[in-house]
Amino acid sequence: MSAETVIDVRGLTKKFGDRTVVDNFDLQVPRGAIYGFLGPNGSGKTTTIRMVCGLLKPESGEGEVLGLDVRTESLKIKERVGYMTQKFSLYEDLSIRENLEFIARLYGLDRRDERVDAALADLGLAERQTQLAGKLSGGWKQRLALAACMIHEPELLLLDEPTAGVDPKARRDFWDAIRRYSAQGVTTLVSTHYMDEAVQCDAIAYIAYGKKLLDAPTAEIPKMIGLHGWRIAGRPLMKAQEMLEASPGVDLVARFGAEIHACGKDATPLEHAVRAVKAAQPHVEIEPIEAGFEEIFIYLMSGALDNFK
Amino acid sequence: MTARAHFPGLSALLDLSWSRVFAVFLKELVQMRRDRPTFAIMIMMPIIQLVLFGYAINTDPRHMPAVVEMREDGPLTRAFLSSLTQSSYIDIVAVTQRAEDGEQMIRSGRANFLISIPEGFERRLVRGERPEILIAADASDPVAAGGALSAIERIAQSAFAPDLNGPLSYLAQAPPPYEIVVHRRYNPAGVSSFNIVPALLGVILTMTMVMITSIALTRETERGTMENLLATPVRPLEVMIGKTTPYVVVGAIQVAIVLLLSALLFHIPFTGSFIAFLVAVTLFILANLMLGYLISTAARTQMQAMQMTFFIFLPSILLSGFMFPFKAMPFWAQVIGECLPITHFLRIVREIVLKDAGFGDILGDLWPLTAIMLVLATLALLRFRRTLD
Repeated sequence: MSAETVIDVRGLTKKFGDRTVVDNFDLQVPRGAIYGFLGPNGSGKTTTIRMVCGLLKPESGEGEVLGLDVRTESLKIKERVGYMTQKFSLYEDLSIRENLEFIARLYGLDRRDERVDAALADLGLAERQTQLAGKLSGGWKQRLALAACMIHEPELLLLDEPTAGVDPKARRDFWDAIRRYSAQGVTTLVSTHYMDEAVQCDAIAYIAYGKKLLDAPTAEIPKMIGLHGWRIAGRPLMKAQEMLEASPGVDLVARFGAEIHACGKDATPLEHAVRAVKAAQPHVEIEPIEAGFEEIFIYLMSGALDNFK
Repeated sequence: MTARAHFPGLSALLDLSWSRVFAVFLKELVQMRRDRPTFAIMIMMPIIQLVLFGYAINTDPRHMPAVVEMREDGPLTRAFLSSLTQSSYIDIVAVTQRAEDGEQMIRSGRANFLISIPEGFERRLVRGERPEILIAADASDPVAAGGALSAIERIAQSAFAPDLNGPLSYLAQAPPPYEIVVHRRYNPAGVSSFNIVPALLGVILTMTMVMITSIALTRETERGTMENLLATPVRPLEVMIGKTTPYVVVGAIQVAIVLLLSALLFHIPFTGSFIAFLVAVTLFILANLMLGYLISTAARTQMQAMQMTFFIFLPSILLSGFMFPFKAMPFWAQVIGECLPITHFLRIVREIVLKDAGFGDILGDLWPLTAIMLVLATLALLRFRRTLD
């Protein structure tokens, strides 16, 4: 294993009862990378992250995290990993400061007051440090949770939908922070449903029904999928949308406000379909576009996975 | 899979960092302080229970309703009855001449005792024929019957004494010039237990200590904080010590309250070794905390934890010798009782508080208490789920 590979797991499989939640999962994440982890709800993202940090025992498979065996050295892994759970899992009946101090004590950190003060200042919560964590709004809870999982300066961050339900400004701040850590050499595996976040990742692993279907550098993904797109704009669009959905050359019809994005694997039938719509509905404007991540992942999730495979 | 991932070795279980223990301890203490109602209950519970049950549970009951079947009305029998009434053990609710009336009253529960003085009692007494006074007790509640019965016997001994003077003084010598025949009805073997107040300490500690720790881990699981806790390098033993230690303090406060009240309100003598008592009560608190902690490794919800606590609590009251005499139970029930921490604690506390016992006298119950505690702690550690599986 290369010293620069922080996560290197092979064939991870997890079953709950007779349901296979994660099936033969491989992942290699190099040091300092921001790795996006995408997939529909219930696809096994959380289970995979939990296996990586030793919270769940895989039925089979093996691997190393930070060079430590995921199956036998989870305690050592935990000391060097920061895991942010999907649901807020700090103590709502402890104050912001008490939560951070508790975590700092558990990791046996030196200069504890200094570190907690710094984390509070970073968060902008220094004035509210005696407030109970349960009284914080969703966005602030997320930021507190990030601060808590960063306080021991982990080498690897595992973030499970860290920005779910967080406002755009807070999300931006959150990602700025992650990029800062990444520049310092911290590796991040982050699951998300937001495409604007996905594009900020260096690489993306896409998982559905417990199987990894795609794992590539973010920049290469549009080319790999090879999705062609057209924008259809104008009002009304209902008729145009119905026509597109009925056309065989169109694999995906996605509505974006006052416009429709029609996408397809093959450029020619797609163009025919779009031009047919223009002919029938002369009031709409049509224009070829590059299919974005939003379209690509809606396309992947809409069951077009098999022909991609 | 290696075996170690499933069954971490003993060394891994006993791996310990005091700073992490302290972290958990401090966190629990803050949470306990924030949860004022629960804390108030833990402090008020011993006071309320002790006062309530200390006064309410009376193994020396007074003012028991009695019916007197009087076949003869003379100065001696009248003196006997008035002594009984004055003793306050018995309230004579009816005097009848017909046997059926008395039987009927005791069967219907309107009277707990039937005192039957036969025809010709005084005449036969004077003749030295040792006539019988029949006392029939409703012993379906043995506790109720026992205390009053012995009181009646005592009273009867002295009731006639003042009248047995002058020419009758030869009758005043023992044995008494009459015979008291006691029939315990419905429960011929009825025996009552005593010493409620010291024993209440055991019940109060069992209840609060087991209940409060039974949700120690369950609450973390239910609130979702377990996931975060497990993601840190904290070890099972550290969680266990950190989480239970604050309640040792709570238990100590409860013990102090109970001791204070039993001295002030109930004048319970505390004759034995206080050091021995402290050792025993500490062990008992620890055993209960481990019992509760073991429950919390098994219960998935706080509701389940409460149900399991009650599953422990009932045998702790019924099979421990708290309510019913231990030796009278069948062998299998005694085995269950021996496994309960409270059984040993009750014996110890009664020995020390009432029988002037020291260390040597309670060793026989100290070591089982220690063994129970260690077994429970080991089971809890082994059961602690280090993963979310």
